[in-house]
Amino acid sequence: MPAVQETVERVKRIDVDQYRYGFETLIESDKAPKGLSEETVKFISQKKNEPDWMLQWRLEAYRRWLTMTEPTWARVDYPKIDFQDLYYYAAPKPKKTVTSLDEIDPEILKTYEKLGIPLREVAMLEGVEPKPGEEDPARRKIAVDAVFDSVSVATTFKAELKKAGVIFMPISEAIREHPELVQKYLGSVVPTSDNFYATLNSAVFSDGSFVYVPPGVRCPMELSTYFRINERNTGQFERTLIIADKGSYVSYLEGCTAPQRDENQLHAAVVELVAHDDAEIKYSTVQNWYPGNSEGKGGIYNFVTKRGDCRGNHSKISWTQVETGSAITWKYPSCILRGDNSRGEFYSIAISNGFQQVDSGTKMIHLGKNTSSRIISKGIAAGKSQNTYRGLVTAHRKATGARNFTACDSLLIGDKCGAHTVPYIEAKNSSATFEHEATTSKISEDVLFYCIQRGLSQEEAVGLVVNGFVKDVLQQLPMEFAVEAQKLISISLEGSVG
Amino acid sequence: MALLEVKDLKVRVEEREILHGLTLTVNEGEVHAIMGPNGSGKSTLSHVIAGKPGYEVTDGQILFKGEDLLEMSPDERAAKGVFLAFQYPVEIPGVATMNFLRTALNAQRKARGEDEYSTPDFLKKVREVSKSLNIPQDMLKRGVNVGFSGGEKKRNEVLQMALFEPSLCILDEMDSGLDIDALRIAADGVNALRSPGRAMVVITHYQRLLNYIVPDFVHVMSRGRVVKSGAKDLALELEASGYAQFEDA
Ligand SMILES: Nc1ncnc2c1ncn2[C@@H]1O[C@H](COP(=O)(O)OP(=O)(O)OP(=O)(O)O)[C@@H](O)[C@H]1O
Ligand SMILES: [Mg+2]
Repeated sequence: MPAVQETVERVKRIDVDQYRYGFETLIESDKAPKGLSEETVKFISQKKNEPDWMLQWRLEAYRRWLTMTEPTWARVDYPKIDFQDLYYYAAPKPKKTVTSLDEIDPEILKTYEKLGIPLREVAMLEGVEPKPGEEDPARRKIAVDAVFDSVSVATTFKAELKKAGVIFMPISEAIREHPELVQKYLGSVVPTSDNFYATLNSAVFSDGSFVYVPPGVRCPMELSTYFRINERNTGQFERTLIIADKGSYVSYLEGCTAPQRDENQLHAAVVELVAHDDAEIKYSTVQNWYPGNSEGKGGIYNFVTKRGDCRGNHSKISWTQVETGSAITWKYPSCILRGDNSRGEFYSIAISNGFQQVDSGTKMIHLGKNTSSRIISKGIAAGKSQNTYRGLVTAHRKATGARNFTACDSLLIGDKCGAHTVPYIEAKNSSATFEHEATTSKISEDVLFYCIQRGLSQEEAVGLVVNGFVKDVLQQLPMEFAVEAQKLISISLEGSVG
Repeated sequence: MALLEVKDLKVRVEEREILHGLTLTVNEGEVHAIMGPNGSGKSTLSHVIAGKPGYEVTDGQILFKGEDLLEMSPDERAAKGVFLAFQYPVEIPGVATMNFLRTALNAQRKARGEDEYSTPDFLKKVREVSKSLNIPQDMLKRGVNVGFSGGEKKRNEVLQMALFEPSLCILDEMDSGLDIDALRIAADGVNALRSPGRAMVVITHYQRLLNYIVPDFVHVMSRGRVVKSGAKDLALELEASGYAQFEDA
């Protein structure tokens, strides 16, 4: 039938090759020699003007890494990575140190503009009052520490944060300016020996964000970082450390998109969160690395270690993630519920299309008394992708009264994809109550047709239905990201139906 | 010119022919009722006109405003003014009704090259229409049809019809599941939409609905064909004698 034919043609045209954010900026880079050795580690440390203790920390991690092997338990499949065939450091050459956005390389600003990241939007950055009658949540203040190719090139809002006593800076700067804090906390949640990728990161991390919120302070704005990969063959090793001291609160947003390229790229970030007594950290991610082309070629390998330590009593850490990109995602943002009455949350939307492989989930480790955790995971698999939720919930012997609620819902679009749920549950004391719910369903043809009969295109209908499916999680995102994430979800499902 | 012309339409579902050469002509401004026993193909006809996948048209044609409807994708048909009020409206969890209405309306307007509605204009319009249909604003904040009663779902269909202002409205058993008051409200809503430029095809099992929405023509469908057509009195006749007389036709 002609109508069917038309749809088939249309779907053929929109394939994942048309990666919306695939472009590169032409900026000279400053690279470390290819490959990994003690020399590379020293080069990176030197580039950053690091003190000796930092170099020793890196070298120790590097030596440890040499003894480790890559994990193979995840449901992902990829050719062996040649770690000597990668560059471990690249920085754009800043013309001079920048104090305001006007001084940033216009090329870089243009990149952000193409991404639709309104870095230059005065309203957003300056918190300008909206026009009368206009209700725009985007005007809420966001401090942007823009990470462009490993090195932060723009830091805004420093002054206001300083007034509140909040430290928000590239971790490379924090190493020099606040060594006592960095030494105290770095590696205290994810030790250098933790796992293959975290150890690699510890040896060669280039930059990332550092946040310290002093006791009793509610961080006056959302903190946000945009990560980009922009250098061919450059491994990306971001390192982020966030500390919320007693009774403080901070919300941190991380988002990324990456340009199109042929070779696979390795991304192995480490994020460590520490929440002291009565403190709360909200960490949100919108991840959109290049997923590979329609044959499954290229795309980012995303091996991330994210962990939060609810170190204090009544502390709370909440992870929210929208994962749409990467060829391979290997990521389990976790909470160690050490303090009594502490709480961990994990809200996740993981979308896979084309040949993407996602193995993601969380770990909730209940150590303290009356600790509670909540896991809401929404997996959407389309195309020929594989989408696995892998979650661990454990209660230690002393974790009396521990409670967990887990709900894992999977939605399948088409019949060539797969969704899998792998829950591990261990309760070492009888007073723990763990609840687990899981559903898997196919997107309903009748629901799609209803939407299309009302004028939506097939693509729009899928986007709408999926956005409805993930609504519970979207609501957890800060307002200004929810809208962007909603668009991203629709974009990433383009070409998923035929 | 006829608004809708269905000519000798043959339709198969999974290798089985359901419509065996159906012909129906609907002019602007007219209201046609289609009656007929369960399984005679009434919903199938409405689905094929709207473009639901899974139906194979093996013969015949459907013209809408003189254009070949079967060449158009279902969303194009919607933008051109074909509206189907479903016998069984589906639920769309997590999608607020208000958001759905707006997305759909703007998609149709965009397809026609018209400007999108501004938020205040849209809200004003929805408020007016929902008020006349006795639909509380709270209901519009809920997921599309999620947890709606049978009657509420049907009223939501009429609400969309009023909002989208289609030129062809096909109502598939909009009276099923409605209590007497709800039926009257929904029928009033439909009647308010009767206009010289708009036609309606009302599928029903009951003469009662036709007391409220008085048709210009009544057709009897049996086993995939229109077997008898007449004026509104035909419905009364059917009510008295049933469909048995057509079963052998
Ligand atoms: N997807 C399908 N697969 C197989 N048979 C189908 C399908 N859809 C419809 N049919 C068959 O086609 C015939 C006509 O069905 P249809 O729903 O059009 O009848 P109807 O006149 O609307 O009935 P009712 O008054 O009960 O709503 C029935 O025999 C039905 O079983
Ligand atoms: Mg029917």
